[in-house]
Amino acid sequence: MRALSAVNLLLALGLSPLLLGIINRTKAVISGRSGRPLLQVYFDLAKLLGKGAVYSRTTTWVFKAGPIVGLAAVLAALAVLPLGGVPALVAFPGDVFVLVAFLGLARFALICGALDTGSSFEGMGASREAAFSALAEPALLLALLVFVSRTGTYSLSRMYVWPGAGDWLASGPVLILVVIALFILLLSENSRIPVDDPNTHLELTMIHEVMVLDHGGPDLAFILYAAALKLWLFSALVVGAAVPTGLGSPLLDELAMLAGMGMCAVAVGLVESTMARLRLPRVPQLLTAAGAFAALALAILGR
Amino acid sequence: MQLWLDAVFVLIMLTNLSLLAASRMRLIIRAAAIQGVLLGLLPLLFSLEGSLAANLGFSAFVLGIKGLGFPWLLTRTCRRVRITPEIEPYIGYNFSVILGIVGLLVSLWLEHRLDLPVRVSGLSVSAAFMTIFSGFLLVVSRKKAVTQVIGYLAAENGIFLFGLSLAPHGPMWLELCVLLDIFVAVFVMGIAIHNIGREFDSVDIGAVDSLKD
Amino acid sequence: MGLFLASLAVLLAGAVLAPMAGRGRAANFFGATGAFLGSLLGLAFACLQLAAGGEALWSAPWAMPLGRLSLGVDALSAVFLLPTFILGAAAALSGHSALKGQAGRRPLGAHWFFVNVSIAATALVPAARDGFLFLVVWEVMSVAPFFAITLRDEDSRVRHAGWVYLLAAHLGAACLVALMALFYARAGSLDFALLAGGAAGPSVALFVLALVGCGAKAGFVPFHVWLPEAHPAAPSHVSAFLSGALIKTGIYGLMRIQTFLGAPEAWQGYLLLALGLTTALFGILFALAQRDVKRLLAYSSVENIGLILTAIGLGYLGLAKGFGAAACLGLAAALLHVINHALMKGTLFLAAGSVLHGAGGTIIDGLGGLGRRMPATTVAFAAGALAICGLPPGNGLVAELLMLLSAATQAAGRTFPVALAAWGAVAGLALVAGLALFAFTKAFGLSFLGEPRSPAAAGAHDPAGGERAAPLILAGLCLAAGLCAPLLFQAVLPAAAIVARTYPAGAAEGAALGTASLTWLSLAAVGLILLVAALAFVRSRLLAGRPVGRGLTWDCGYLAPSPSMQYSSGSFAAPMTGLMRPVLRTETDLAAPEGIFPARAAIESETPDWLLESVSEPVFGAVARFCDALKALQHGRTPIYILYILATLVALLAWRLG
Repeated sequence: MRALSAVNLLLALGLSPLLLGIINRTKAVISGRSGRPLLQVYFDLAKLLGKGAVYSRTTTWVFKAGPIVGLAAVLAALAVLPLGGVPALVAFPGDVFVLVAFLGLARFALICGALDTGSSFEGMGASREAAFSALAEPALLLALLVFVSRTGTYSLSRMYVWPGAGDWLASGPVLILVVIALFILLLSENSRIPVDDPNTHLELTMIHEVMVLDHGGPDLAFILYAAALKLWLFSALVVGAAVPTGLGSPLLDELAMLAGMGMCAVAVGLVESTMARLRLPRVPQLLTAAGAFAALALAILGR
Repeated sequence: MQLWLDAVFVLIMLTNLSLLAASRMRLIIRAAAIQGVLLGLLPLLFSLEGSLAANLGFSAFVLGIKGLGFPWLLTRTCRRVRITPEIEPYIGYNFSVILGIVGLLVSLWLEHRLDLPVRVSGLSVSAAFMTIFSGFLLVVSRKKAVTQVIGYLAAENGIFLFGLSLAPHGPMWLELCVLLDIFVAVFVMGIAIHNIGREFDSVDIGAVDSLKD
Repeated sequence: MGLFLASLAVLLAGAVLAPMAGRGRAANFFGATGAFLGSLLGLAFACLQLAAGGEALWSAPWAMPLGRLSLGVDALSAVFLLPTFILGAAAALSGHSALKGQAGRRPLGAHWFFVNVSIAATALVPAARDGFLFLVVWEVMSVAPFFAITLRDEDSRVRHAGWVYLLAAHLGAACLVALMALFYARAGSLDFALLAGGAAGPSVALFVLALVGCGAKAGFVPFHVWLPEAHPAAPSHVSAFLSGALIKTGIYGLMRIQTFLGAPEAWQGYLLLALGLTTALFGILFALAQRDVKRLLAYSSVENIGLILTAIGLGYLGLAKGFGAAACLGLAAALLHVINHALMKGTLFLAAGSVLHGAGGTIIDGLGGLGRRMPATTVAFAAGALAICGLPPGNGLVAELLMLLSAATQAAGRTFPVALAAWGAVAGLALVAGLALFAFTKAFGLSFLGEPRSPAAAGAHDPAGGERAAPLILAGLCLAAGLCAPLLFQAVLPAAAIVARTYPAGAAEGAALGTASLTWLSLAAVGLILLVAALAFVRSRLLAGRPVGRGLTWDCGYLAPSPSMQYSSGSFAAPMTGLMRPVLRTETDLAAPEGIFPARAAIESETPDWLLESVSEPVFGAVARFCDALKALQHGRTPIYILYILATLVALLAWRLG
């Protein structure tokens, strides 16, 4: 089991950029283009890691610390993330809350790095990021509280044993609500459409992209990789709720989970192909809706 | 069967939230229609005592009025009077949804406290209370006459649901009477709004204040 | 106990020597040294007492009719002594060098007298073992800071802030006097040992009086109004002490008085939980909307008091509903946050003081770019901000984690109304944490990063000596408290047990759960630090030998960027202040640009505390008018006073005999 946990962590480290590739490929196929290579993100990372850097004269150590702390925090969060009924490398009671705190640290580092440039555009992105993620946080914790409440455990590795085979028949409505809530949070926390458009070229409409305008070279590579890992992390949370564990053999579970991760990326691609970005004042409504789904799931479970 | 019932109640709760979140006339009418259809499905799922034909008939009646009749009337009114598509709330959409959730939690607590002799899925009473709350919230927090009517409709849906879950077969005739009243009310409303809209420029109830002197 | 008395003696010696030495450097030296040494002695005592356990007692015969001079320090008192003495020492260190430049121009002797008396009184409140003594030291603790706050009394806003503070403190104290009178009427004594035995019995009225009395001191909404007025007006070392230590006595009072009232009931838990979440949300939202760093910090204190109250509420709920684990975790979280918040808020207020000193102001829209000019202060403020947002490896996360665990155990119990409260607590805590991150990225990012927005900020510099060292030391303590969280948790468990009196089943599991969780949290924090170091190494190896240039910030092609184009405090907070308009009631004044070539445009936004304007000021105004009316009795003519005495005597005789 320990070996399998380590394998899962390595899979996350290795395959997370692939998720972005799948999303882009899905969008390309739907719009009838041939699109970028599936492995484009790997090429980008390699290219960026090989470059030098240019720093603004305004910036201080905070700017340089931002990408490092951000990547470290996401890596630390990955250490407590289970996949497919296989416990995480590190599991302890309360790790579900610590995971959220690590994601908060990554955000703090990114926002401070953006503000360190003194650019009004980056200030704008930082302000939006802080506002939207403040609203996303209660929704995320409520969604995870469904698992706590259902299993009576406080560690992600132990609570994500639910849903097992057959649980979808017993508590289908709850699971659907949780999956929807977590999926909305995946979209918003990873700056995907309909909250933020990763492909836009107008700085005024950006959230995440505008915060990293001034980063380059290895710093940008760190940020890009951290974003990919964060996408993997949220996908794992969604897939863990959607795909039942305990299908018979560990190998079968593992394959089901990986297939689920792929499907999740395709689903993100489908959403991005069919929806437009929401107007910014509408985003809080989307996040409130995610919170509403999670609260409803809790209510049904808790009665 | 329990799973399906749960699913329908959850969907009813979600339609309540979408009633509160809707920012366009078209969306809110659609949400009300979906709620009507869901209510129409309930008598079938409850596996009521009585003949299948009666249940089918009841279901078809509810579905026809709440799911098709009212929405059609409302849409027609909106089109005739050329109401602007925005809803113009006094309370913002986010806060409305949050209040809706609070309403749900209060409903759960009420259900817990009242300990009613419910025959069906434990969610039904909560769903009923929540629907009533959301309906009244719509009535007090929206400016337009049409949205107020939709609010009353939702409140009535809640009462209907409450009656259905407490006594699935008993006071069906009572329900029918209430339904008829509402039907007449909506009908009158349609005519009234139509006429008001012809006489005056807007159907904003905030403007009614100016008549009071 | 000898150590404690020695510490008080040193504090009071400093208080007496300072004014005797005049108003110059000597007064500054004597006052600060007394405060520093006295606080260190007291800190040593509190730590030893916590380690040894049990209760240290001391009493002396006293000729007052109602009270005895009786002191005692048990685990609960010792926990509350820690922030007092830590911040007392830090305030002395920082205040000494901050006030050096003002020697002779301001009455420093009198200032240190009141600071030292404040520290001593704040330490005596948790140590008092008699109701009458408690009231006396409470009153001293309330009055002495008034004079410490109004050091810059030539400013009318400072005087106004002082009055708001004094009124709020006395409305609270009036409730406590009534409370003690009722205790005396019921139990016939004000001896805490007797009262703790349950001599007074449970009572709703007593609980409400305690809540209002202590709430006015601690700053629960709607009694928080004095905090955002007093903290910006006070010198920073005084703000740090007020915000970190003095307001915590309100929490102490609430906890101690609860032990006299018997086991808490469920409604008390619900009430405190709701009040706590409201206070926390209200505080952090208003913090976000502030333009002044010190006001922002003051509102953040309101938020943290709300968090402590939430934790107490969770604990009481656990006690009343039989969730031992939740009770233990909740109460321990409250006590830990009392200590941790003192460290964080001390860091932040002292760093803000350095900013005030170095950059000439604390209005965010006049700051910026301090990171290059005040490196030491920047590091301290960054560490404090990180900790107070509840992010690892800081100490703010500790209590938050325990609170969430406490709520989670109650949610997992799935007994209905308790679970409902637990969900609300989890959602509320998450929202507060998210908003705290927003508020403190604003405070840190806009003040310390970017380009300076004013000439004063461009010429800013780190202060020297103790003023520079004190926030750094406290920031180090924040990190240490985060890494030693399991040890601190073990240390406060006896104090939590005193509040709980008897735990329902499951408390041991709760303690084990908390210890395990915090141990792993500390390990995770260490792992994080190692990861950061490793990645920094990787980055420096990657960049070694490659071209690393410096240039302008990318300005999207605009040719003439200026510092005033940066995001301002109002625009940074705008997404949330817009969304929360119903709560915040932000007032915006817009002069929109007009015409094809607009000459000028302006926008101004302000978020005044509407609770202060619409609730508290009318109340305070009524009190002031009432007191003015009482002035009619004061003629200053001796015969009339004799007449009063005569009338009182006759009335008393008539009452006694009739």
